[in-house]
Amino acid sequence: MSITKQAGSAGGRTGDKVFSGAALGAGVLIMVVLFAVAVFLLVQALPAFTAAPADVTGGRGFTSYIVPIVVGTLIAAAIALVIATPIGVAVALFISHYAPRRLAQGLGYVVDLLAAIPSVVYGAWGASFLASQLKEPYQWLADNLGWIPIFAGPASSTAKTMLTAGIVLAVMVLPIIASLCREIFLQAPALHQEAALALGATRWEMVRMAVLPFARGGIISAVMLGLGRALGETMAVALVLSSGPLMASLIRSGNQTVAAEIALNFPEAFGLRLHELIAAGLVLFIITLVVNMVARWIINRHKEFSGAN
Amino acid sequence: MKALHIGRVAAVVTVGALALTACGTDNVVGSGTTPAATTSGATVTGTLTGTGATSISAAMDAWKAGFESANTGANVQYSPEGSGAGRKALIAGAVQFAGSDAYLKDEELASAKAKCGPDGAMNIPWYISPIAVTFNVPGVKDLKLDAGTVAKIFRGEIKTWNDPAIATANPGAKLPDLAITAVHRSDNSGTTQNFTDYLNKAAASVWTDKASGDWPAALPGENAKGTSGVVKTVTETAGAIAYADDSAVTDALGKAELKVGDAYVAVTAEAAAKAVDSATVVPGRSANDLSLKLNRTPKDAGAYPAVLVSYAVVCQTYPDAATAALVKAFGTFAVGDAGQQASVAAAKSAPLSSTLAAKAKASFASIKVAK
Repeated sequence: MSITKQAGSAGGRTGDKVFSGAALGAGVLIMVVLFAVAVFLLVQALPAFTAAPADVTGGRGFTSYIVPIVVGTLIAAAIALVIATPIGVAVALFISHYAPRRLAQGLGYVVDLLAAIPSVVYGAWGASFLASQLKEPYQWLADNLGWIPIFAGPASSTAKTMLTAGIVLAVMVLPIIASLCREIFLQAPALHQEAALALGATRWEMVRMAVLPFARGGIISAVMLGLGRALGETMAVALVLSSGPLMASLIRSGNQTVAAEIALNFPEAFGLRLHELIAAGLVLFIITLVVNMVARWIINRHKEFSGAN
Repeated sequence: MKALHIGRVAAVVTVGALALTACGTDNVVGSGTTPAATTSGATVTGTLTGTGATSISAAMDAWKAGFESANTGANVQYSPEGSGAGRKALIAGAVQFAGSDAYLKDEELASAKAKCGPDGAMNIPWYISPIAVTFNVPGVKDLKLDAGTVAKIFRGEIKTWNDPAIATANPGAKLPDLAITAVHRSDNSGTTQNFTDYLNKAAASVWTDKASGDWPAALPGENAKGTSGVVKTVTETAGAIAYADDSAVTDALGKAELKVGDAYVAVTAEAAAKAVDSATVVPGRSANDLSLKLNRTPKDAGAYPAVLVSYAVVCQTYPDAATAALVKAFGTFAVGDAGQQASVAAAKSAPLSSTLAAKAKASFASIKVAK
C-alpha cells in the first residue's frame, strides 16, 4: 500500500499542481468575470443616478422609477415560490420515497425535461393559453374575494396579469426545485430512515424525522436557485404580463418586473434611457447577489442542526 | 481555510451570475460596424453598413437580397438596434447610413456635420406603413370612428361599445353592451410614436400627452409585446381595440375607418401613400432633405392619416467615391419600383407614391464625394 503510494508520488505531485492550478484559475476567472460585469454595470449606470430627476423616465428621479418595478419583480418571484416550493418538494419526495422504482426514474426524467424548455415557449404558452383559461377564475375571484386587496377588481379582461405571470414562473422554477430536492432526499442517510421505520414510524413520520431535517439546507438552496431564476426571468414575463403601474391587485393589469422592463425597452433605447435600463440591471444584479448571500447564510446556520451529523 | 472561503464566495457569486444570464438571449448589441468599402471603379461593390429602426427589418432584408443579387460584389449589413441608436451611430460616424422612424432633429443635424462634412446629413423617406385601428367586437366588422372618439377610447373615457359617441357615428351597427379593453404596445415603438402623434394632432383637445414611442404610463389599459403580441391579445379578447401595423392585422378582426374631414377613410396602402403626399417638407433644411411634417388632418378625400414613415438617414457627402456610390445605388434601389415592390411583398408596407419616389431618388442622387 505504502509502496504504491510512494511510486506514484512523483507523477502525482505534478498532477496535483496542475489540478490545483486549474481549479484555482477557474475559481478566479469567475470572480474576474463577475467583477468585470459589476464594473461595467456601475460605470454605465452612473449617468442614470446623476441625471436630473425630470429627465428620467417618469420625471421624478431614478428612485421613483426603479422602486415600483423592483417591488413588481419581488411580487412575481414571491408568487412563483409560494406555488412552486410545496409542489416541488412534494414531487421530489414522491420520486425519492414513494413512487415505485420504475415510475420514479421516468418521472425524474420528465421533471428534468421541464427545465430544458426555453423560456420563450413558456411565455408563449402563458400568453396564449394559460391567460385565456384564467379569465373566468379571475372574474370569480374579483366577485367573491374582491375585499382582499390582492384580488381587488375589476379583473383584467385579458387575464395577462401578475398572478398569471407568477404561475408561469412557478412552472418554470418547479423543475429546478424538484430535481435538486430529489437528489438531496436520495442522499438522506439510509440508516436513519431504517432506524425510524424499525422504531415503528409510519412512512410519513420517517420522512419527517429522518429525511426532511437532513435536507433542510438543501431545500433552501434549491428554493434560492429557483428564486434566482424567477427574479431574472425575462422573456416569459415580457410576453405574459400586461404591464402597468405598481398595484396591490394581482388580477388587474399592472405591475412590471425589472428584467421585462429591460427587455421591452432595450431595442429602441439610447442615451439616458439606455443608462437607466443598465442601472435597472445593476439593481437586479445586487438583489440577486443579496438573495444568494442570505441563502448561503441560512444554509450555514442550519448545517449544525441537520440530521447528517 | 482561505481557499475554502474563496470557494464559498465564488459559489454565491456563480449562482448570482447564472440567475442574471438566464435572460440574456435577446440583446441585439451591435456587431462589427467598421466601414469596409473597397474601391473598384464605377461599379458598385463593397460593404455598406447601417443600423437603426427595427420597423424596417423585413423590408431591409428584401432590399438587401434584391440589391446584392443586382450588384454582385456589393454587401449590405443592417443591424436593427433601434431608431435612436441608428441616428447616434450615424452622427458618430460608425455607420454609413441609418434607418430611423423619426428624422434627425435640428441639433442632431448640426452635430452630424462633424463626421459628414460641412453639408451634414439628410433624411430621405423610404418606407411607409399604415397603422390600423383594429377591434374585436362580436357581430361588428365595420366601424367608423373620429379621432376624438379614438382618443377617448384609448384614454379609458369611453368605456363600453354602445357608448353614444360610437353609436351615433355607426347607426347601422349592432353595438353590444360590452366593456372596451384598449390594448397598446408594452415595448417602445415607432408605431406608438406615430399613433400618439396622430391622436395629439387630430384630437388635440382630448389627447394632451405628447407624441412618444412609450405609451403614456398614466393611462389605463392592457398591453402586449410587439405588433404580433398586440394583435394576438385583441384576437383573444372580446371587446378589445388596439392600434397595430396594418400588415399584421388578420381578417378575423375589424379595422376602423377614421374620419378625415367629413368622410371616413379605410386603411389601405393607397390611402396611406396619399396622406404622406400631403405632408409638407420641414422648412429650413437643405434642398435635398426630405424630412416630412406629416399632416395628421389632411383635407384630401381618401388620405389615411395614421401612418408611419421611416427614413434613410445618410450623409450629404462621403469621404470616398466607393462609399458614396454604394449609398447612392442602394438608396435609389430601395425607393425605386423594384425596392418598393420588394418591401410591399416582404413587409406589406405601402409603396411610396411616384412623386415622392422621384424626389427621394433625386435626393439620393445628390450624394457627393467630399473634396
